[in-house]
Amino acid sequence: MIGVNFWERLQRLDRRVIFILIAAVVAIPLIWPPRPKLQISPPTQKVFDYIEKLPPGSVVALCFDYGPSSAPELDPMAYAILRQCLTKGVKVIVMTLDITGKQMKSHALNRVVAQLEQEGVKPVAGDDYLDLPYQPGYTAVVLGMGEDVHKVFPIGTAGGKTQPIGTWPLMDRVHTMRDLSLVVDLASSNTPTMWVLYGASRFGVKVAAGVTAVMVMDYYPFLQSKQLVGLLGGMKGAAEYEQLLKKPGLGMSGMGGQKWGHLVIIAFVVVGNIGYFASRRAARRAAGAAEVG
Amino acid sequence: MPPAPPAQAFGPEATIIGIWIGALLTLAIYSFLYRDNPIYKLAEHVFVGVSAGYYVGVTFWDTVVPKVWQPLFDPFAVGRDRPDLLVIPPALLGLLIFTRFFPRASWLARMPICFVIGAGAGAAIPAAVQGLVMKHVSSTMLPLYVHDDTHKTVAAGLVGGAQNLLLIVGVISVLCYFYFSKPHKGVLGAGARFGIWLLMVAFGATFGNTVMARISLLIGRLRFLHEDWGPMVGLGPQMARGPSAQPWRFAVAGLLLLALFGVLAWHERRTGGRPTSTETEE
Amino acid sequence: MRRTLPLTITFLAGLVMFAQFFVPHKLSQDALTYMTDWMRIIGAFALVLGIGSLIQRHTGRIRQRHPDAAFSAVALLCFLGMVVLGIGWKTEEGSPFDWGFTYVFMPLDATMFSVLAFFMASAAYRTFRARTPEATLLLVASLALMFGRIPLQRALDPHLAGVAEWIMTWPATAAKRGILLGVALGSMAMSLRLLLGIERSHLGTGKE
Repeated sequence: MIGVNFWERLQRLDRRVIFILIAAVVAIPLIWPPRPKLQISPPTQKVFDYIEKLPPGSVVALCFDYGPSSAPELDPMAYAILRQCLTKGVKVIVMTLDITGKQMKSHALNRVVAQLEQEGVKPVAGDDYLDLPYQPGYTAVVLGMGEDVHKVFPIGTAGGKTQPIGTWPLMDRVHTMRDLSLVVDLASSNTPTMWVLYGASRFGVKVAAGVTAVMVMDYYPFLQSKQLVGLLGGMKGAAEYEQLLKKPGLGMSGMGGQKWGHLVIIAFVVVGNIGYFASRRAARRAAGAAEVG
Repeated sequence: MPPAPPAQAFGPEATIIGIWIGALLTLAIYSFLYRDNPIYKLAEHVFVGVSAGYYVGVTFWDTVVPKVWQPLFDPFAVGRDRPDLLVIPPALLGLLIFTRFFPRASWLARMPICFVIGAGAGAAIPAAVQGLVMKHVSSTMLPLYVHDDTHKTVAAGLVGGAQNLLLIVGVISVLCYFYFSKPHKGVLGAGARFGIWLLMVAFGATFGNTVMARISLLIGRLRFLHEDWGPMVGLGPQMARGPSAQPWRFAVAGLLLLALFGVLAWHERRTGGRPTSTETEE
Repeated sequence: MRRTLPLTITFLAGLVMFAQFFVPHKLSQDALTYMTDWMRIIGAFALVLGIGSLIQRHTGRIRQRHPDAAFSAVALLCFLGMVVLGIGWKTEEGSPFDWGFTYVFMPLDATMFSVLAFFMASAAYRTFRARTPEATLLLVASLALMFGRIPLQRALDPHLAGVAEWIMTWPATAAKRGILLGVALGSMAMSLRLLLGIERSHLGTGKE
């Protein structure tokens, strides 16, 4: 029979033991990554279906509003969406409203283009994809795009070359935000709200969002009100998207660590509560015995 | 995640050096999990300096040069045939920001701040009304019996209606909770009570998602250490296939870890095991 | 004058942005384009202010021979190094600046945030208790979400994922929408106060 002292000692467990346990259960699946079959959530399915239905020649803006601290959750989404668009002839503009997103978008675009070229898909720089520079101002940038994209972004980069924006063939199709078929905002801050308020509400552009898991609940009301066409949430959203694309990647390979990390934390919470109630019951018994005495 | 291409200015060895630096900085930050120590402080200050320098570099080339310098002094570079003089007023307003360092003229620094705040506030009002208030209130007006392609039977229609009712009553209840102009008694009190329960469900859902987010970040770093740095020290993905053919790499990893523990132990002896100001007692 | 002029600028700038929302004329659209351009340019200059504050703090520590003065020197050296690399060699992928971002900034930024996973686990173990009925509800909801967000056995997975999705779609959305409406109404009120000059905190506390 486990005594109350055991539970009290367990509640005072050194936090470094907890740290080591968490590190171990998350690290081990990285060595032998599983390939689970995931239940696709409706918000993820909506994003996938919307892009899948876009005709070739449509232009999608992929906005990298995150930095390295959110890359493990949002990079897999970016790679999957870039791959889906470029393989089906949908043109992609990558941009960012976040100063740390500048390198993230360039890295992601160049990496996916290089992978596709190795697979025989050869997207044309400046016609199938274009990289627009970072501009500060958040709402100012979104509002400006609603009037004249060329004025907001004076230059564009593709295939290692930077030129005035009007010289790129892709930008012949895009003069205002209304010329975009979809804006996908991958964000670790509240930029999707800005895109919805200043883009969707004002200029009628369709917006989808990929956000970190911390923020996903904040955007469910926008899903329900149909201000967002779909929503990808965290690493699981990325893994679901990879499953739909039938191209497992970083999202899918992280699900093993997710599973065991979650189960360990659930165990911590349960054990912590059992110990709490056991201690409380013992304290009440002791108080009752003291009263009688 | 595969490593980024090497810096062209330095050659391919730059990638190897870069991965080593990234790994050592990662381990330096993680040393904080044991306790605050000089290695962590060093990495922390490197982060402060590098991130500030990053912001300056990016802003210079992506805003100052194409939006201010080139439109005025090199208009052909931005597709114009003559200088854009309308860039001068905001540039002057921006320069006024620096008057805050001169006490007698510091009031001028308010101009650009007021311009930005005023413009932002003016843009926010119609956006908030249209995109947040009106849209979300109208989206809460839902039918109590649903009949569409996904709700074809009476039972399904009633279930859909019940869910809609939960949403309607839930939104009103939460707004009741946040209404502090009257005491929470009677109907308002009951509504506020239900609102608290729904808020607890929402916060629980947020916590559940937060766990996923934090573990994702940890997976990202461990993946870097395992896949990018690991092969350099014999601890990479090849581990799953059997013992390393170059056991000296294990030795390098072991020596590094010993060095890290040595510094931590020295710091522990020096401070006598006392918690520093950045640590909290649990 | 020193307060009236800034308040007037706030009002006029806000009025222009507010009014142009309702005016479809080309003049109004041009006004929007120029206003947003101007906001972006001013934002770039404001960054310098933040950097100045950082330099001031760390040079102050070095001058006062603070115990952490050596670390402040490291911070300033790293800052100067990145600025020189960025301005001297540009910021494209493959540049030395990009190298600094990829192998110094990225690992540090990502690792700083990943440390939260450990502290969150520790905090969940020590403080997440079902002390009250509300706390129990929070605990049950979070456990349901945590189970629903991970791939488990096939027999369990669809049901647990379905429960998690239902919680997020209905009760949690209702609560979040209530919060959203409250925040929206509050931000509207604050914006009106700013435009009308009732709220003056952005002018600072200067006696001038």
